[in-house]
This record gives sequence, structure tokens and C-alpha cells, in this order.
Amino acid sequence: MSNTALAIVLAGLAAMAALPFLDTGFWLALAISIAQYAVLATAWAMFSGPTRYVSLATAAFFGIGAYTVAVLGEVLPWPVVLLVAGVIGAVLSLLVGFATLRLSGVYFVVFTFGLAELIRQLVTWFEVNVTRSMGRYVFVEITQAQIYWQLLALFGALLALGTWLARSRLGFALHVIGEDETVARHVGIDTARAKVALFALSSVFMALVGAVMAPRWTYLDPAIAFNPSISFTVLIMALLGGTRSLLGPLLGVVPLALLFEVLTARFPNHFSILVGIVFLLVVYAVPQGVSGLLARLRRGAPA
Amino acid sequence: MSAALQSQTAPLLRVEGLRRAFGGLVAVDGLSFTVHPGEIVGLLGPNGSGKTTALNLISGALAPDAGRVVLDGRDVTGLPAHRLTRLGIARTFQLVRVLPGLSLNENVVAGLAFGREPAWGAEARSRAATLLTRVGLGGRDNQPASILTYGDQKRLELARALALSPRLLLLDEWLAGLNLTELRGGIDLIASLRDEGCTVLMVEHVMDAIRALANRCVVMNAGQHIAEGPPAEVLADHAVIQAYLGDDDA
Repeated sequence: MSNTALAIVLAGLAAMAALPFLDTGFWLALAISIAQYAVLATAWAMFSGPTRYVSLATAAFFGIGAYTVAVLGEVLPWPVVLLVAGVIGAVLSLLVGFATLRLSGVYFVVFTFGLAELIRQLVTWFEVNVTRSMGRYVFVEITQAQIYWQLLALFGALLALGTWLARSRLGFALHVIGEDETVARHVGIDTARAKVALFALSSVFMALVGAVMAPRWTYLDPAIAFNPSISFTVLIMALLGGTRSLLGPLLGVVPLALLFEVLTARFPNHFSILVGIVFLLVVYAVPQGVSGLLARLRRGAPA
Repeated sequence: MSAALQSQTAPLLRVEGLRRAFGGLVAVDGLSFTVHPGEIVGLLGPNGSGKTTALNLISGALAPDAGRVVLDGRDVTGLPAHRLTRLGIARTFQLVRVLPGLSLNENVVAGLAFGREPAWGAEARSRAATLLTRVGLGGRDNQPASILTYGDQKRLELARALALSPRLLLLDEWLAGLNLTELRGGIDLIASLRDEGCTVLMVEHVMDAIRALANRCVVMNAGQHIAEGPPAEVLADHAVIQAYLGDDDA
């Protein structure tokens, strides 16, 4: 994105910050859901797009952020809680990154999926054996509007980071790694370091979203915080939107968030199977994502 | 020339007792040789004799089980590829590897951005354009690498390797599969690199190219060093002919 485009998008986000003054009910709730997935899917695509490493660890980092709030929300001031959530997300992603980013392809996918489960089980074990109570209440004085604004701010920060990244050597290194990792190593790229750096950046944003969203639940247990469906939803949104451009994932987030809203309301009992069908359709019908489709249409080639 | 060169200068690359096995197959078995600054050395041998594995051990794509790789007096054995690249070893691949999703210019910028003398932004783009012209792909900067012919992919790969300002260039059958015109152009290109003082270690089956370019040849068979010397001498060597053609024909 050019600086002008970024400025326009950021101005648009600022304008959207006025929404809570118009409605604090349904529309704000919907906007929060969209903003949440916008940050998660964009953060996911920032790492997985260029490297083509498909991560299912979104739920792990999201859950870590949410749980940080559940544990520390009443103890520390809010900005410090967010900072701690971000730091824990970063540390965990660095550990996981150095251990696993040597894995490639399907091994990495399986590991990241397992990671969310592992952390969920660890937290459960800790709660059962140490604190002796499963589940926590989140009492933090934060309004829905404030949650929404924080998500918009996160999204703005993420877009600014992504714009910088696209022009940076690090962003280019990731691109080369995605094209051919062997070549990347032989042009002097420390592939492990580049991948871990991006993985950590992306994970910090996921942890922050989890932290920001936690007060919405008032009650939190490991099954809610580390719900694996978050990972899959984010993945499919990003794939539908397309991971080639910074705003690509957003094109998948908006329609799917709206669709999920409708499905939950109308077909609550068949939600999972309908979402499964949507996943299949996305993968088969729009493998390049909506943004890839648009780019092809613009070039005039048959889509 | 090369004998005089060898006695006067310290070797740029010294390989000592290099060994690498894959399971029970010893692909490189106690290989030793040297490459001196400004030389073009041909690494020859029949298919499966371990030439590409040897290059992989020198470029850091693989780590050796035993032995040493010394670059300009410094022990670089087992260093990862990106470190060796930054120390001045660049290579091309036997099965050509371009970055198909990137433009020609970006493919070369990939070699400039992280190398020994890194460049980025406008400077990198203009240096990349110069290198593309150098290998005969001038003016095609914005074309995607995916549309290139096989011969042009090889040129692009060489431009990317040259972008690293290598002290030692490893060419793995860079001339293989080219048509006659391309081959002549390729030989001239490598000759011009030599004239600029670039040191080259080339695995090659195109013997005309070896005769035209190499100061010296190292011949391998079944992972072992079997002969060494000027191309004409080596190619007439009994053991070499035996390795290539078998006993009865020798």
C-alpha cells in the first residue's frame, strides 16, 4: 500500500470509530466481531501469506491473551494488562517459532493445531490442580464501545506495520522464503530468524485481540478461550479474502462474519456443518481469494 | 598458468577429506582439492559420482559427516548456507531455481538485498538492471520470472548469483540443456567472469566448455577423487576414461 492509500484507510477507520455513537446494540456487536476477525485474519496473513506456512495456532495466542486478562484483569491497570498479554504472546511465539519453523508443510500445520490444544490442556491442568477452580470471571470496567475502539486501533497499527513490512528487507525476505526456501538460504537470508520474527509480530497482535475481547465474555474457561474454531475461522477468512495484499483478508472477513452471523441466528443447530460446507466452497471455488480474483479481472484475464 | 598460480597464492578454497553418507551410500568419500583465486576449476565425473553432493557440502546446503572446508584460510565447515553466502560463496542449482512469483528484477534484488555488499531500494533495482543486462536479459526487468524459457532461467539464476558479489562461484551444470547458440553465449559469459577475476568451481558434463574454460579439473568417481590436472591431460587419463566408459572400452 502507498502512504496515501494507508492514510485514506486509516481515516476510514477513524470515521468508523463514530459507530458506537449511533448504535450500541446489534450493529456495534457485529462491528466488534468484524473488527476482531479483521485483525486476526490480517495478522495471520502477514506471516502465513508470504511464507505459505499455514498456522492453526491463532487460537493458542488468542487464548493466551484472553487468559492473561482473566488472571490479571483486576490486579493491574488495563494498559499494563495489555502489555503483559503482548509480551507473553511474543515469548511463546519465539519459543514455538524456534522449535517448529524448521518443520515444513503439513508438519507445521499439525504442530500449530496441537499447540493450541496443548496450551488449553496445560491451563486446564493448572486450574484443576493448582487454583482448584475451572473457569474465571472477568470483571473489568470496559464498555463495548471501548472494546471496539481498541480493535480499530489494533487494526490501524497492524496495517501501518504491514505497509512498512511490504517495503522492508524483512518483508522481502519472507517473500523469497515463500517462493523457494533453498534459494532464500543461498542468497544469504537467515530463514529461521526471518520466519520467527514475523511469526512473533503476528502472534502479538493475536494475543492482543484475545486480551481486548476477554471482557466481553465475563466468564472464561479454557474451552472458550482456546476454542480451535477460532483458528479455522481466521484461516478460511484470510484464504477467502486472499493473502497477497494487506487488505486482502478483509475481503474475506466481512462477508464471512456476516454469513456466520446469519447462520448462528437462523440455523444454530446446523452451524458447524454449514460452516464446513463454506470452507470447502472457498477452497475449491476461490483458491486465490477474492483479492486474487479481482486482480485477475483487472488484468482482463478470464477469472 | 595454473601451476604458477598455485605455487604463488594461498588457495581460496581448500577441501580436505570431505565425506558425506546418505544411509549406507557414501556420496562423497574423502574428497580433497583446492581452488586458487582467479581459477576456473572443473569438477567432473560420471553421473552419481558425488559432484553435486560435493557442491552442496561446500555451499552449506548439506553439512559434511567429516572433513573440512576452508575458505580463504578460515574454517567454514558446517556453517549454514546463509552464512557461507555472506562469506562469499554463491551458487546456481542443477535443477534451475528461479523465484517464479517475482519479477526478473526482484529475482536479482533477492541476491543483492542480503549478501556480502547488501543493497536495497532504488540502488538495488538499478544494480539488478545492470546485472540483467550483463547476462543478456536487459530491459526485461518487470517481466515475471515464470514466463522465462529454460535458457533464460539459467541466465537469471546466474545474475542472482553474481548479485551476491561472490568470491567463489559454484556452477552446477549451468551449461547443461542449453542449445548451441545459448551454449556459446554461456561459455563467453563465464569466460568474461574469469577475466574479471571471479573464481569458479563448475560441475559440468559439456566437455567443450570444460576445455574452453577450465584451468584445471578434478575428477570424481564413486565419491572419490580419482584424477586432477589440466583438462586435456585429465580427459586422456586412463582412470578417468575407465570411470566414464567402463573397463572394456578403456
